[in-house]
Amino acid sequence: MKLTFGRKKRSPVASSSGERGIMAFDHTAEVIRAEAALKAAGYDVRVMGPPPDMRTGCDMVVEFALLHELAIRRVLSGVGLAPLAAAPVRAGMLEPVSLFQATDFGAWLMVRAANMKITVDKASGRIVNISGGGCPDVPALAEMLVGRTLAEAPTPAEHGHTLCSYALELAFQEARRIMGAAS
Amino acid sequence: MSGPWLVVGTVPDEDAGLMEGRCSLDGQTLSLNGSALPVRRGTPALLAACCAAAKTLGIDPPLGLLAGDAGRGEGSRRAYAHLAANLPGLAPHGLTFHYLFPDLAGHDKVFLCARALPRRPILVADAGFMYAAKMSGQARNYDLFTPDAGELAFLADELAPHPFYTRGFLLAGDQDAAALARRSWETGGAAGTLLVKGESDLVVLEGEVAQTIPGPRTPAMEAIGGTGDTLTGMLTALLMAKRPMLEACAVAALANRMLGQLAQPTPATPVAELMAFIPAALAQALKPG
Repeated sequence: MKLTFGRKKRSPVASSSGERGIMAFDHTAEVIRAEAALKAAGYDVRVMGPPPDMRTGCDMVVEFALLHELAIRRVLSGVGLAPLAAAPVRAGMLEPVSLFQATDFGAWLMVRAANMKITVDKASGRIVNISGGGCPDVPALAEMLVGRTLAEAPTPAEHGHTLCSYALELAFQEARRIMGAAS
Repeated sequence: MSGPWLVVGTVPDEDAGLMEGRCSLDGQTLSLNGSALPVRRGTPALLAACCAAAKTLGIDPPLGLLAGDAGRGEGSRRAYAHLAANLPGLAPHGLTFHYLFPDLAGHDKVFLCARALPRRPILVADAGFMYAAKMSGQARNYDLFTPDAGELAFLADELAPHPFYTRGFLLAGDQDAAALARRSWETGGAAGTLLVKGESDLVVLEGEVAQTIPGPRTPAMEAIGGTGDTLTGMLTALLMAKRPMLEACAVAALANRMLGQLAQPTPATPVAELMAFIPAALAQALKPG
Protein backbone atom coordinates (compact mmCIF):
# COMPACT_ATOMS: atom_id res chain seq x y z
CA MET A 1 0.00 0.00 0.00
CA LYS A 2 1.25 3.45 -0.90
CA LEU A 3 1.27 5.65 2.16
CA THR A 4 1.20 9.41 2.04
CA PHE A 5 2.79 9.88 5.47
CA GLY A 6 5.78 12.13 5.14
CA ARG A 7 4.37 14.15 2.27
CA LYS A 8 5.16 17.84 2.05
CA LYS A 9 3.48 19.92 4.70
CA ARG A 10 0.69 21.98 3.27
CA SER A 11 -1.85 24.47 4.44
CA PRO A 12 -4.72 23.18 6.63
CA VAL A 13 -7.19 21.36 4.44
CA ALA A 14 -10.02 20.67 6.83
CA SER A 15 -10.91 23.98 8.35
CA SER A 16 -14.01 24.66 6.29
CA SER A 17 -15.26 21.24 5.35
CA GLY A 18 -18.65 21.10 7.01
CA GLU A 19 -19.70 18.17 9.16
CA ARG A 20 -17.38 17.14 11.97
CA GLY A 21 -16.75 13.64 13.22
CA ILE A 22 -15.01 12.02 16.16
CA MET A 23 -12.56 9.13 16.30
CA ALA A 24 -12.13 6.92 19.33
CA PHE A 25 -8.90 5.07 20.09
CA ASP A 26 -7.84 2.27 22.37
CA HIS A 27 -6.16 4.55 24.93
CA THR A 28 -5.25 8.14 25.54
CA ALA A 29 -1.70 7.90 24.30
CA GLU A 30 -3.01 6.89 20.90
CA VAL A 31 -5.32 9.90 20.84
CA ILE A 32 -2.39 12.19 21.50
CA ARG A 33 -0.21 10.57 18.90
CA ALA A 34 -3.07 10.77 16.42
CA GLU A 35 -3.60 14.46 17.11
CA ALA A 36 0.09 15.21 16.64
CA ALA A 37 0.35 13.23 13.41
CA LEU A 38 -2.77 14.79 11.94
CA LYS A 39 -1.79 18.35 12.85
CA ALA A 40 1.65 17.77 11.37
CA ALA A 41 -0.05 16.62 8.17
CA GLY A 42 -2.05 19.85 8.03
CA TYR A 43 -5.45 18.68 9.28
CA ASP A 44 -7.66 20.82 11.52
CA VAL A 45 -8.29 18.43 14.43
CA ARG A 46 -8.74 18.79 18.17
CA VAL A 47 -8.98 16.55 21.20
CA MET A 48 -12.32 16.50 23.03
CA GLY A 49 -14.16 14.50 25.67
CA PRO A 50 -16.17 11.67 24.13
CA PRO A 51 -19.98 11.54 24.30
CA PRO A 52 -21.41 8.92 26.69
CA ASP A 53 -22.30 6.49 23.93
CA MET A 54 -18.70 6.43 22.68
CA ARG A 55 -16.99 5.64 25.98
CA THR A 56 -15.16 2.52 24.98
CA GLY A 57 -12.39 2.74 27.52
CA CYS A 58 -10.78 5.95 26.35
CA ASP A 59 -11.24 9.42 27.74
CA MET A 60 -10.68 11.43 24.64
CA VAL A 61 -11.61 11.41 21.00
CA VAL A 62 -10.19 13.25 18.01
CA GLU A 63 -12.60 15.61 16.29
CA PHE A 64 -12.04 16.01 12.55
CA ALA A 65 -13.76 16.95 9.26
CA LEU A 66 -15.77 13.91 8.18
CA LEU A 67 -15.09 14.39 4.51
CA HIS A 68 -11.38 13.90 5.12
CA GLU A 69 -11.86 10.61 6.95
CA LEU A 70 -10.16 8.44 4.37
CA ALA A 71 -7.09 10.65 4.07
CA ILE A 72 -6.91 10.97 7.86
CA ARG A 73 -7.06 7.20 8.29
CA ARG A 74 -4.17 6.93 5.84
CA VAL A 75 -2.05 9.35 7.86
CA LEU A 76 -2.84 7.40 11.03
CA SER A 77 -2.00 4.12 9.36
CA GLY A 78 1.37 5.59 8.45
CA VAL A 79 2.18 6.00 12.13
CA GLY A 80 0.75 2.64 13.13
CA LEU A 81 -2.59 3.86 14.48
CA ALA A 82 -6.08 2.54 13.81
CA PRO A 83 -9.13 4.16 15.44
CA LEU A 84 -11.60 1.92 17.22
CA ALA A 85 -14.59 3.81 15.85
CA ALA A 86 -15.55 6.97 13.99
CA ALA A 87 -18.90 8.75 13.88
CA PRO A 88 -20.43 12.11 12.95
CA VAL A 89 -20.57 14.48 15.90
CA ARG A 90 -24.06 15.76 15.23
CA ALA A 91 -25.61 12.38 14.56
CA GLY A 92 -24.21 10.43 17.47
CA MET A 93 -23.31 6.87 16.55
CA LEU A 94 -24.43 6.71 12.97
CA GLU A 95 -22.85 3.67 11.35
CA PRO A 96 -21.36 3.74 7.88
CA VAL A 97 -23.38 1.91 5.28
CA SER A 98 -22.51 -1.76 5.52
CA LEU A 99 -24.89 -3.24 2.96
CA PHE A 100 -23.58 -4.49 -0.38
CA GLN A 101 -25.55 -5.21 -3.51
CA ALA A 102 -24.18 -7.45 -6.25
CA THR A 103 -25.79 -7.45 -9.71
CA ASP A 104 -24.97 -10.19 -12.20
CA PHE A 105 -24.89 -8.89 -15.79
CA GLY A 106 -23.81 -12.24 -17.27
CA ALA A 107 -20.23 -11.57 -18.33
CA TRP A 108 -19.95 -8.72 -15.84
CA LEU A 109 -20.48 -8.27 -12.11
CA MET A 110 -21.50 -4.96 -10.52
CA VAL A 111 -20.97 -4.44 -6.78
CA ARG A 112 -22.50 -1.51 -4.93
CA ALA A 113 -21.59 -0.10 -1.52
CA ALA A 114 -23.51 2.97 -0.35
CA ASN A 115 -23.55 5.35 -3.31
CA MET A 116 -20.66 3.75 -5.26
CA LYS A 117 -20.68 0.97 -7.86
CA ILE A 118 -17.80 -0.94 -9.46
CA THR A 119 -18.26 -3.26 -12.46
CA VAL A 120 -15.84 -6.04 -13.32
CA ASP A 121 -15.41 -8.37 -16.28
CA LYS A 122 -15.87 -11.77 -14.69
CA ALA A 123 -13.53 -13.64 -17.03
CA SER A 124 -10.51 -11.34 -16.66
CA GLY A 125 -11.16 -9.55 -13.37
CA ARG A 126 -10.73 -6.27 -15.24
CA ILE A 127 -12.54 -3.20 -13.91
CA VAL A 128 -14.69 -1.90 -16.77
CA ASN A 129 -16.72 0.87 -15.13
CA ILE A 130 -17.14 2.89 -11.94
CA SER A 131 -20.33 4.82 -11.34
CA GLY A 132 -22.18 6.71 -8.64
CA GLY A 133 -20.82 9.07 -6.04
CA GLY A 134 -20.55 12.83 -6.08
CA CYS A 135 -17.20 13.87 -4.66
CA PRO A 136 -14.49 15.07 -7.04
CA ASP A 137 -12.08 12.21 -6.36
CA VAL A 138 -14.51 9.73 -7.98
CA PRO A 139 -13.58 10.70 -11.57
CA ALA A 140 -9.90 10.69 -10.59
CA LEU A 141 -10.15 7.21 -9.07
CA ALA A 142 -12.11 5.94 -12.07
CA GLU A 143 -9.30 7.02 -14.37
CA MET A 144 -6.79 5.11 -12.21
CA LEU A 145 -8.82 1.93 -11.87
CA VAL A 146 -10.78 1.37 -15.08
CA GLY A 147 -8.90 -0.94 -17.45
CA ARG A 148 -6.91 -2.63 -14.69
CA THR A 149 -7.66 -5.92 -12.98
CA LEU A 150 -8.81 -6.08 -9.38
CA ALA A 151 -5.47 -7.67 -8.55
CA GLU A 152 -3.24 -5.05 -10.14
CA ALA A 153 -5.27 -1.88 -9.58
CA PRO A 154 -4.36 0.46 -6.73
CA THR A 155 -6.99 0.36 -4.01
CA PRO A 156 -9.26 3.42 -3.73
CA ALA A 157 -8.05 3.81 -0.14
CA GLU A 158 -4.54 4.53 -1.42
CA HIS A 159 -5.53 7.60 -3.46
CA GLY A 160 -8.99 8.69 -2.30
CA HIS A 161 -9.78 11.60 -0.02
CA THR A 162 -13.51 11.50 0.67
CA LEU A 163 -16.35 9.34 1.93
CA CYS A 164 -17.26 8.48 -1.67
CA SER A 165 -13.81 6.96 -2.14
CA TYR A 166 -14.20 5.15 1.18
CA ALA A 167 -17.45 3.66 -0.16
CA LEU A 168 -15.69 2.75 -3.41
CA GLU A 169 -12.98 1.02 -1.36
CA LEU A 170 -15.66 -1.12 0.29
CA ALA A 171 -17.19 -2.01 -3.08
CA PHE A 172 -13.70 -2.75 -4.48
CA GLN A 173 -12.86 -5.09 -1.60
CA GLU A 174 -16.25 -6.80 -1.84
CA ALA A 175 -15.72 -7.33 -5.58
CA ARG A 176 -12.32 -8.82 -4.80
CA ARG A 177 -13.90 -11.09 -2.21
CA ILE A 178 -16.64 -12.30 -4.58
CA MET A 179 -14.27 -12.78 -7.49
CA GLY A 180 -11.79 -14.56 -5.24
CA ALA A 181 -14.48 -16.87 -3.96
CA ALA A 182 -15.61 -17.63 -7.51
CA SER A 183 -12.16 -18.55 -8.82
CA MET B 1 -35.79 35.99 -18.01
CA SER B 2 -32.59 36.05 -20.04
CA GLY B 3 -29.00 35.61 -18.99
CA PRO B 4 -26.61 32.70 -19.46
CA TRP B 5 -26.73 29.30 -17.84
CA LEU B 6 -23.62 28.29 -15.93
CA VAL B 7 -22.58 24.71 -15.17
CA VAL B 8 -20.15 24.46 -12.24
CA GLY B 9 -18.04 21.37 -11.57
CA THR B 10 -14.57 19.87 -11.53
CA VAL B 11 -12.02 17.99 -13.59
CA PRO B 12 -9.83 15.40 -11.85
CA ASP B 13 -6.54 17.30 -12.15
CA GLU B 14 -5.26 19.30 -9.18
CA ASP B 15 -3.08 21.41 -11.49
CA ALA B 16 -5.86 22.47 -13.86
CA GLY B 17 -6.69 25.68 -12.02
CA LEU B 18 -9.98 27.38 -12.86
CA MET B 19 -11.41 27.32 -16.38
CA GLU B 20 -14.41 29.38 -17.40
CA GLY B 21 -16.09 30.13 -20.69
CA ARG B 22 -18.47 28.98 -23.41
CA CYS B 23 -18.42 25.23 -24.08
CA SER B 24 -18.44 23.45 -27.41
CA LEU B 25 -18.44 19.80 -28.46
CA ASP B 26 -16.57 18.40 -31.45
CA GLY B 27 -17.02 14.66 -31.72
CA GLN B 28 -15.93 13.28 -28.34
CA THR B 29 -13.86 16.32 -27.40
CA LEU B 30 -15.26 19.05 -25.22
CA SER B 31 -13.72 22.52 -25.46
CA LEU B 32 -13.99 25.19 -22.82
CA ASN B 33 -12.40 28.53 -23.51
CA GLY B 34 -9.84 26.92 -25.81
CA SER B 35 -8.98 24.00 -23.52
CA ALA B 36 -9.75 20.53 -24.87
CA LEU B 37 -11.18 18.18 -22.25
CA PRO B 38 -11.64 14.43 -22.65
CA VAL B 39 -15.21 13.25 -22.06
CA ARG B 40 -14.90 10.25 -19.78
CA ARG B 41 -17.29 10.94 -16.89
CA GLY B 42 -18.09 13.66 -14.37
CA THR B 43 -18.71 17.28 -15.26
CA PRO B 44 -17.13 17.06 -18.75
CA ALA B 45 -19.70 14.33 -19.55
CA LEU B 46 -22.50 16.57 -18.28
CA LEU B 47 -21.25 19.49 -20.37
CA ALA B 48 -20.82 17.34 -23.49
CA ALA B 49 -24.38 16.02 -23.18
CA CYS B 50 -25.65 19.54 -22.57
CA CYS B 51 -23.84 20.87 -25.66
CA ALA B 52 -25.22 18.05 -27.84
CA ALA B 53 -28.74 18.62 -26.51
CA ALA B 54 -28.47 22.40 -26.88
CA LYS B 55 -27.56 21.97 -30.54
CA THR B 56 -30.59 19.73 -31.04
CA LEU B 57 -32.79 22.34 -29.36
CA GLY B 58 -31.31 25.17 -31.45
CA ILE B 59 -29.91 27.15 -28.54
CA ASP B 60 -26.45 28.28 -27.49
CA PRO B 61 -24.36 25.89 -25.39
CA PRO B 62 -23.88 26.62 -21.68
CA LEU B 63 -21.10 28.44 -19.93
CA GLY B 64 -18.86 26.23 -17.83
CA LEU B 65 -16.81 26.86 -14.71
CA LEU B 66 -14.48 23.94 -14.03
CA ALA B 67 -12.01 23.67 -11.17
CA GLY B 68 -9.09 21.27 -11.05
CA ASP B 69 -9.89 19.08 -8.05
CA ALA B 70 -9.03 15.40 -7.54
CA GLY B 71 -10.64 15.20 -4.13
CA ARG B 72 -8.72 17.43 -1.73
CA GLY B 73 -11.36 20.13 -2.08
CA GLU B 74 -9.04 23.06 -2.73
CA GLY B 75 -10.11 23.46 -6.37
CA SER B 76 -13.76 23.39 -5.36
CA ARG B 77 -13.12 26.09 -2.77
CA ARG B 78 -11.52 28.24 -5.46
CA ALA B 79 -14.63 27.76 -7.59
CA TYR B 80 -16.89 28.75 -4.67
CA ALA B 81 -14.87 31.91 -4.04
CA HIS B 82 -14.87 32.77 -7.74
CA LEU B 83 -18.63 32.34 -7.95
CA ALA B 84 -19.30 34.45 -4.90
CA ALA B 85 -17.27 37.25 -6.44
CA ASN B 86 -18.65 37.00 -9.97
CA LEU B 87 -22.29 35.90 -9.82
CA PRO B 88 -23.67 39.45 -9.55
CA GLY B 89 -21.96 40.42 -12.79
CA LEU B 90 -23.03 37.27 -14.59
CA ALA B 91 -26.74 37.54 -13.64
CA PRO B 92 -27.40 33.94 -14.72
CA HIS B 93 -30.71 32.50 -15.81
CA GLY B 94 -29.77 29.29 -14.10
CA LEU B 95 -26.99 27.38 -12.37
CA THR B 96 -26.25 23.66 -12.44
CA PHE B 97 -23.90 22.53 -9.67
CA HIS B 98 -22.22 19.17 -10.08
CA TYR B 99 -19.09 17.25 -8.94
CA LEU B 100 -17.86 19.62 -6.26
CA PHE B 101 -16.35 18.95 -2.86
CA PRO B 102 -19.27 19.17 -0.41
CA ASP B 103 -17.86 22.09 1.53
CA LEU B 104 -20.61 23.58 3.69
CA ALA B 105 -18.99 26.98 4.09
CA GLY B 106 -18.40 27.21 0.34
CA HIS B 107 -21.95 26.13 -0.39
CA ASP B 108 -23.41 28.71 1.95
CA LYS B 109 -21.33 31.48 0.43
CA VAL B 110 -22.50 30.65 -3.10
CA PHE B 111 -26.09 30.02 -2.09
CA LEU B 112 -26.47 33.30 -0.25
CA CYS B 113 -24.88 35.15 -3.15
CA ALA B 114 -27.28 33.51 -5.64
CA ARG B 115 -30.29 34.33 -3.46
CA ALA B 116 -29.24 37.95 -3.21
CA LEU B 117 -29.26 38.46 -6.98
CA PRO B 118 -31.95 40.86 -8.22
CA ARG B 119 -33.41 38.01 -10.29
CA ARG B 120 -33.14 34.66 -8.56
CA PRO B 121 -31.64 32.06 -10.92
CA ILE B 122 -32.98 28.52 -11.31
CA LEU B 123 -30.87 26.36 -8.99
CA VAL B 124 -30.08 22.76 -9.96
CA ALA B 125 -27.86 20.59 -7.75
CA ASP B 126 -26.47 17.15 -8.52
CA ALA B 127 -23.65 15.01 -7.09
CA GLY B 128 -21.43 16.48 -4.34
CA PHE B 129 -23.04 19.89 -4.37
CA MET B 130 -26.42 18.26 -3.79
CA TYR B 131 -24.93 16.65 -0.66
CA ALA B 132 -23.80 20.08 0.58
CA ALA B 133 -27.14 21.66 -0.27
CA LYS B 134 -28.98 19.03 1.78
CA MET B 135 -26.51 19.31 4.67
CA SER B 136 -26.95 23.08 4.71
CA GLY B 137 -30.65 22.86 5.51
CA GLN B 138 -31.43 24.93 2.41
CA ALA B 139 -32.64 22.07 0.18
CA ARG B 140 -36.15 23.46 -0.17
CA ASN B 141 -34.74 26.64 -1.64
CA TYR B 142 -33.37 24.69 -4.59
CA ASP B 143 -35.45 24.09 -7.71
CA LEU B 144 -34.15 20.64 -8.61
CA PHE B 145 -32.11 17.74 -7.21
CA THR B 146 -31.33 14.66 -9.32
CA PRO B 147 -30.67 11.78 -6.87
CA ASP B 148 -30.41 8.08 -7.63
CA ALA B 149 -32.14 5.61 -5.31
CA GLY B 150 -29.29 5.55 -2.77
CA GLU B 151 -28.98 9.32 -2.74
CA LEU B 152 -32.75 9.61 -2.28
CA ALA B 153 -32.42 7.56 0.92
CA PHE B 154 -29.71 9.99 2.05
CA LEU B 155 -31.99 12.97 1.33
CA ALA B 156 -34.70 11.26 3.38
CA ASP B 157 -32.38 10.70 6.38
CA GLU B 158 -32.40 13.93 8.32
CA LEU B 159 -29.38 12.74 10.37
CA ALA B 160 -27.07 11.65 7.56
CA PRO B 161 -24.34 14.13 6.55
CA HIS B 162 -23.34 12.02 3.50
CA PRO B 163 -24.78 8.99 1.65
CA PHE B 164 -22.06 6.90 3.31
CA TYR B 165 -23.81 7.34 6.67
CA THR B 166 -27.39 6.77 5.52
CA ARG B 167 -29.19 4.66 8.10
CA GLY B 168 -29.97 1.11 7.00
CA PHE B 169 -33.72 1.28 7.46
CA LEU B 170 -33.86 3.92 4.74
CA LEU B 171 -31.69 2.05 2.24
CA ALA B 172 -34.47 0.45 0.29
CA GLY B 173 -35.10 -0.41 -3.32
CA ASP B 174 -37.14 1.37 -5.94
CA GLN B 175 -40.39 0.08 -4.47
CA ASP B 176 -40.01 2.58 -1.64
CA ALA B 177 -38.89 5.54 -3.71
CA ALA B 178 -42.22 7.37 -3.48
CA ALA B 179 -42.26 7.05 0.31
CA LEU B 180 -38.64 8.19 0.57
CA ALA B 181 -39.35 11.15 -1.69
CA ARG B 182 -42.22 12.21 0.56
CA ARG B 183 -40.08 11.78 3.68
CA SER B 184 -37.22 13.77 2.14
CA TRP B 185 -39.59 16.68 1.49
CA GLU B 186 -41.20 16.52 4.91
CA THR B 187 -37.82 16.49 6.68
CA GLY B 188 -36.43 19.36 4.60
CA GLY B 189 -33.95 17.25 2.62
CA ALA B 190 -35.48 17.69 -0.85
CA ALA B 191 -35.56 20.43 -3.44
CA GLY B 192 -38.93 21.58 -4.79
CA THR B 193 -38.57 19.11 -7.65
CA LEU B 194 -36.71 15.80 -7.62
CA LEU B 195 -35.83 13.71 -10.64
CA VAL B 196 -35.19 10.32 -9.03
CA LYS B 197 -33.15 7.93 -11.17
CA GLY B 198 -34.02 4.26 -10.80
CA GLU B 199 -35.57 1.25 -12.53
CA SER B 200 -38.43 3.66 -13.10
CA ASP B 201 -37.57 7.35 -13.00
CA LEU B 202 -39.80 9.56 -10.87
CA VAL B 203 -40.55 13.25 -11.22
CA VAL B 204 -41.48 14.46 -7.74
CA LEU B 205 -43.02 17.83 -6.92
CA GLU B 206 -42.89 18.90 -3.27
CA GLY B 207 -42.76 15.31 -2.08
CA GLU B 208 -45.47 13.86 -4.31
CA VAL B 209 -44.83 11.81 -7.43
CA ALA B 210 -46.02 13.82 -10.42
CA GLN B 211 -44.86 11.49 -13.18
CA THR B 212 -43.31 8.05 -13.60
CA ILE B 213 -41.09 7.15 -16.54
CA PRO B 214 -40.91 3.34 -16.48
CA GLY B 215 -39.17 2.56 -19.76
CA PRO B 216 -37.63 1.64 -22.03
CA ARG B 217 -35.15 -0.13 -19.76
CA THR B 218 -31.49 -0.83 -20.49
CA PRO B 219 -30.10 -2.34 -17.28
CA ALA B 220 -26.46 -1.93 -18.37
CA MET B 221 -26.84 1.87 -18.14
CA GLU B 222 -26.67 1.68 -14.34
CA ALA B 223 -23.14 0.29 -14.47
CA ILE B 224 -21.80 2.95 -16.85
CA GLY B 225 -20.09 5.83 -15.10
CA GLY B 226 -21.53 9.08 -16.48
CA THR B 227 -25.09 8.09 -17.41
CA GLY B 228 -26.40 10.26 -14.57
CA ASP B 229 -24.28 13.06 -16.00
CA THR B 230 -25.81 12.69 -19.48
CA LEU B 231 -29.25 12.94 -17.88
CA THR B 232 -28.41 16.11 -15.96
CA GLY B 233 -26.76 17.54 -19.06
CA MET B 234 -29.84 17.05 -21.24
CA LEU B 235 -32.08 18.32 -18.46
CA THR B 236 -29.97 21.45 -18.14
CA ALA B 237 -30.28 22.07 -21.88
CA LEU B 238 -34.07 21.73 -21.70
CA LEU B 239 -34.19 24.24 -18.84
CA MET B 240 -31.92 26.56 -20.82
CA ALA B 241 -34.51 26.30 -23.62
CA LYS B 242 -37.09 27.47 -21.06
CA ARG B 243 -39.05 24.24 -20.94
CA PRO B 244 -41.18 24.08 -17.76
CA MET B 245 -39.46 22.16 -14.95
CA LEU B 246 -41.71 19.08 -14.78
CA GLU B 247 -41.79 18.73 -18.57
CA ALA B 248 -38.01 19.13 -18.77
CA CYS B 249 -37.52 16.39 -16.16
CA ALA B 250 -39.84 13.95 -17.91
CA VAL B 251 -38.34 14.59 -21.37
CA ALA B 252 -34.76 14.29 -20.09
CA ALA B 253 -35.52 11.04 -18.26
CA LEU B 254 -37.13 9.55 -21.37
CA ALA B 255 -34.28 10.81 -23.57
CA ASN B 256 -31.70 9.12 -21.33
CA ARG B 257 -33.65 5.90 -21.60
CA MET B 258 -33.81 6.28 -25.40
CA LEU B 259 -30.04 6.79 -25.30
CA GLY B 260 -29.70 3.31 -23.84
CA GLN B 261 -32.04 1.85 -26.43
CA LEU B 262 -30.22 3.46 -29.35
CA ALA B 263 -26.65 2.78 -28.16
CA GLN B 264 -27.31 -0.77 -26.87
CA PRO B 265 -24.38 -0.58 -24.45
CA THR B 266 -22.86 -3.32 -22.32
CA PRO B 267 -21.78 -2.67 -18.71
CA ALA B 268 -18.26 -2.16 -20.13
CA THR B 269 -19.22 0.66 -22.52
CA PRO B 270 -17.62 4.05 -21.76
CA VAL B 271 -20.03 6.98 -21.57
CA ALA B 272 -18.19 8.78 -24.37
CA GLU B 273 -19.61 6.22 -26.81
CA LEU B 274 -23.13 7.30 -25.91
CA MET B 275 -22.70 10.97 -26.84
CA ALA B 276 -23.26 10.47 -30.58
CA PHE B 277 -26.76 9.14 -29.85
CA ILE B 278 -27.93 12.13 -27.82
CA PRO B 279 -29.48 14.13 -30.71
CA ALA B 280 -31.60 11.19 -31.85
CA ALA B 281 -32.51 10.19 -28.29
CA LEU B 282 -33.63 13.70 -27.41
CA ALA B 283 -35.54 14.08 -30.69
CA GLN B 284 -37.44 10.86 -29.97
CA ALA B 285 -38.25 11.96 -26.42
CA LEU B 286 -39.56 15.29 -27.71
CA LYS B 287 -42.01 13.66 -30.13
CA PRO B 288 -45.60 14.29 -29.07
CA GLY B 289 -47.44 11.32 -27.58
